[in-house]
Amino acid sequence: MEHLDYLESESISIFREAFAKFENLGMLWSIGKDSNVMLWLARKAFFGKVPFPALHVDTSYKIPEMIEFRNRVAKEWDLNLIINQNKDALIKGMNFKKGRITCCNALKTQPLKDLIEKYKFDGIFAGIRGDEEGTRAKERIFSPRGNTGEWDVHDQPPEFWGQFNTDFPKGTHVRIHPLLSWTELDIWRYIKRESIPVVNLYFSKNNLRYRSLGCAPCTAPIKSYAKTVDEIIEELQHTNISERSGRAQDKEAEDAFEQLRKNGYM
Amino acid sequence: MKKNYMDSNIRIQLDTKPPLRIVIVGHVDHGKSSLVGRLLNDTCSLPEGKVEQIKKACEKRGMPFEWAFVMDALKTERDQGITIDVSQIHFKTLIRDYVLLDAPGHKEFIKNMVTGAASADAAILVVDAKKGVQEQTKRHGYLLNVLGVKQVVVVVNKMDLIDFNQKIFDKVTKDVINYLDSIKVNTDNLKVIPISAKDGININKISEKISWYNQQSTLEALDQFEDRKLKDDLPLRFIVQDIYKFDERRIIAGKVLAGQIKIGDEVLFSPSNKTSRIKTIEIWNKDNINNIGAGYSVGLTLSEQIFVKRGDIVSDIEDSPILTNTFRANIFWLGKNELKVGCKYKLKIHTAEYQIEIEKIEKVLDVESLESAKKNFLGKNDIGEVIIRSRSLMAIDPNERFVIQEEYSIVGGGLVKADDSIIPAKTIKSQNLKKVDHNISLQDREKINNHKSGILWLTGLSSAGKSTLAIALEKLLFEKGMQTYVLDGDNLRHGLCSDLGFSGEDRKENIRRVGEVAHLFADAGFIVIASFISPYKIDREIVRNINADKFHEVYIKADLEACIRRDVKGLYKKARSGEIENFTGISAPYETPSSSDLIIDTGKLSIEQSIELLLEYVKKNFIL
Repeated sequence: MEHLDYLESESISIFREAFAKFENLGMLWSIGKDSNVMLWLARKAFFGKVPFPALHVDTSYKIPEMIEFRNRVAKEWDLNLIINQNKDALIKGMNFKKGRITCCNALKTQPLKDLIEKYKFDGIFAGIRGDEEGTRAKERIFSPRGNTGEWDVHDQPPEFWGQFNTDFPKGTHVRIHPLLSWTELDIWRYIKRESIPVVNLYFSKNNLRYRSLGCAPCTAPIKSYAKTVDEIIEELQHTNISERSGRAQDKEAEDAFEQLRKNGYM
Repeated sequence: MKKNYMDSNIRIQLDTKPPLRIVIVGHVDHGKSSLVGRLLNDTCSLPEGKVEQIKKACEKRGMPFEWAFVMDALKTERDQGITIDVSQIHFKTLIRDYVLLDAPGHKEFIKNMVTGAASADAAILVVDAKKGVQEQTKRHGYLLNVLGVKQVVVVVNKMDLIDFNQKIFDKVTKDVINYLDSIKVNTDNLKVIPISAKDGININKISEKISWYNQQSTLEALDQFEDRKLKDDLPLRFIVQDIYKFDERRIIAGKVLAGQIKIGDEVLFSPSNKTSRIKTIEIWNKDNINNIGAGYSVGLTLSEQIFVKRGDIVSDIEDSPILTNTFRANIFWLGKNELKVGCKYKLKIHTAEYQIEIEKIEKVLDVESLESAKKNFLGKNDIGEVIIRSRSLMAIDPNERFVIQEEYSIVGGGLVKADDSIIPAKTIKSQNLKKVDHNISLQDREKINNHKSGILWLTGLSSAGKSTLAIALEKLLFEKGMQTYVLDGDNLRHGLCSDLGFSGEDRKENIRRVGEVAHLFADAGFIVIASFISPYKIDREIVRNINADKFHEVYIKADLEACIRRDVKGLYKKARSGEIENFTGISAPYETPSSSDLIIDTGKLSIEQSIELLLEYVKKNFIL
């Protein structure tokens, strides 16, 4: 069995477990390559349908091509798209200059918490991967969040033998990570194999391309000539630079990312 | 950009193989995390800037460069210098790709170590050369064995602290091998490597520094591990996750755990014991799939529409899982609350869930001495052997893995032991029988009668009041126009069971026959009131499992003294004088029910009150 088949089968199995055990599911969609792969896997798991809403937390600072892509794909794939923004914070002028952790908390974490509160989601799919970053590497596939959405990283439940934490007290929710075992290379190879659409920002223009897509002010493009999926795969096999090295919020403090995640970030 | 470790041509070939998952275990502070950091550095697998990042973090804390920080990504882990949760990172050698799982070594975090080790294909057990084998060395070694991680390499670390002394290394090696031998791990080909993670000795290649050692380095030993085995040639096991009806197809969604499925195959569903044929294999956006092998998540449609539910397991008709209520298991306990006899939990095996009770704790293992600890409970991090009993029939395989859940948390895990403690609940002697279906359904009968059918199984000591209550209830229900009949122990022993005595075997057969008859009556639409001492739990369970939906166990409770006082039939007097042998309560046991559907304490309630309770129960559970 090819490795991509194994990963695909595991992810499909995770989607189906969640669907069987949770009442009210939602899927975070950041419009990036990983959450696109996640959406694709959901379609595979449910034979073409996506039987839960796709949630976009819109910070308003995303690059415009992403929004256009979002609207087009949502229509093509018949998605139930729910968009949320922290309008209060934006009116008051929230931006990265107020401190990146502060801004992420206000424009990403808070609207996510609001969505969960409003729709009473008991399970949220997020497309994070274990190889992206140290604290994500410590996550569980089904990861409980407390009443206020917090991640208690020091007391995570055990998870083994394909048995997941699908029972939990009312009022809390569980983050479900179907892509936890996937690497950046796996994602691109799968995109190639399945011909999954991704935003064109990943491909080189003027010798620059985005390896990771965050908000415009906090994401730096990299120098690259890779114009196609094949070329990206070739490039990745020769690099030692980490994927998120262009993401400013990770660098703000030694435990910046850990703090964000404990508070309920993706 | 740094040149990577491999030539891109070779790599593309290997990219299709799954990476080998290696977990690193061992006692706290023996150097696991440092080993990992070193391994990654020596295979040029660290992302650019990582070494800088670590240097900064160490300077900030005023400490020398610490390789362990590569994996210890949580601030607390770095502050306290201790791994709390398992971490994963990828690296590669010329032979293949790897995923490295760094597990915590502290006793507090066993559950996190288990999470990491349970998905590993191989393990590195790290032992401190100076401190030698310690508690977690043994516990981790034992757990690796229980978790089924068969490929292990041992590294004796911090050789620099003992001046690379061969004698000390040999002693530590001997201690490790002795321990592993004693827990029945095969140590014939076990490699033990002297290393220093801090100084990078014997990590990626052999160093001159340890002149007396000339076998393989750590990385070379990893490259010698075998790849994960395919399960295509094993007997078919397909687990049902859910049933979907998004369009006109009724799709059974699940995963092939082992074996293969072909269109047209006739398959068996357990524990319902029904068969059907595979009509199609469904995968989104793929047509004409004729067969599928182990590991794939697919959908199935069947030729005959039978009732299938989540938790069912599909197999070939020959070579199917065993159906049973009880089995013996090796378990490891992770929960904060103790596991004791009588405790009730949820058992999860693949997608099936069962309500279980701990029937017996046979052994509690002291990981250090490997002797049985003298305690009758399992505490956090303990390992033991127990007997598990389920209310309903379970479909299981020997050596199958399961977890135990208490409320919302997974509190333990284990393996079904492959021995004769698994008593199959159903064996049909003739293979040539085909069941005949009536033209009248049970629903038709229940509709006409205006009530559901079922069995009220009254169990309890002699003179507890079973027969009295059964006869009284029958009359009341009959007067209400219900179809009802009493099956009484004494009556049946005059006819159907007149060839049976009161030995354990005969009682078992008596109850079996009565149970089957009671279910036939229930099938015919009756409310059967069965009145039998039925002293053995397992026999009552066997009757329940003929059709659990129809079976209601009513415990007629009265203490022995009260029964002896009543001695309605004069039997206790005869039993005590020895005139009657094998008499329940006096010379034969009565196993008190622990999970009856209704309990009537005739010591405390009058006959009228008891009948009231029974009528209430019937009203609640049988009236349409």
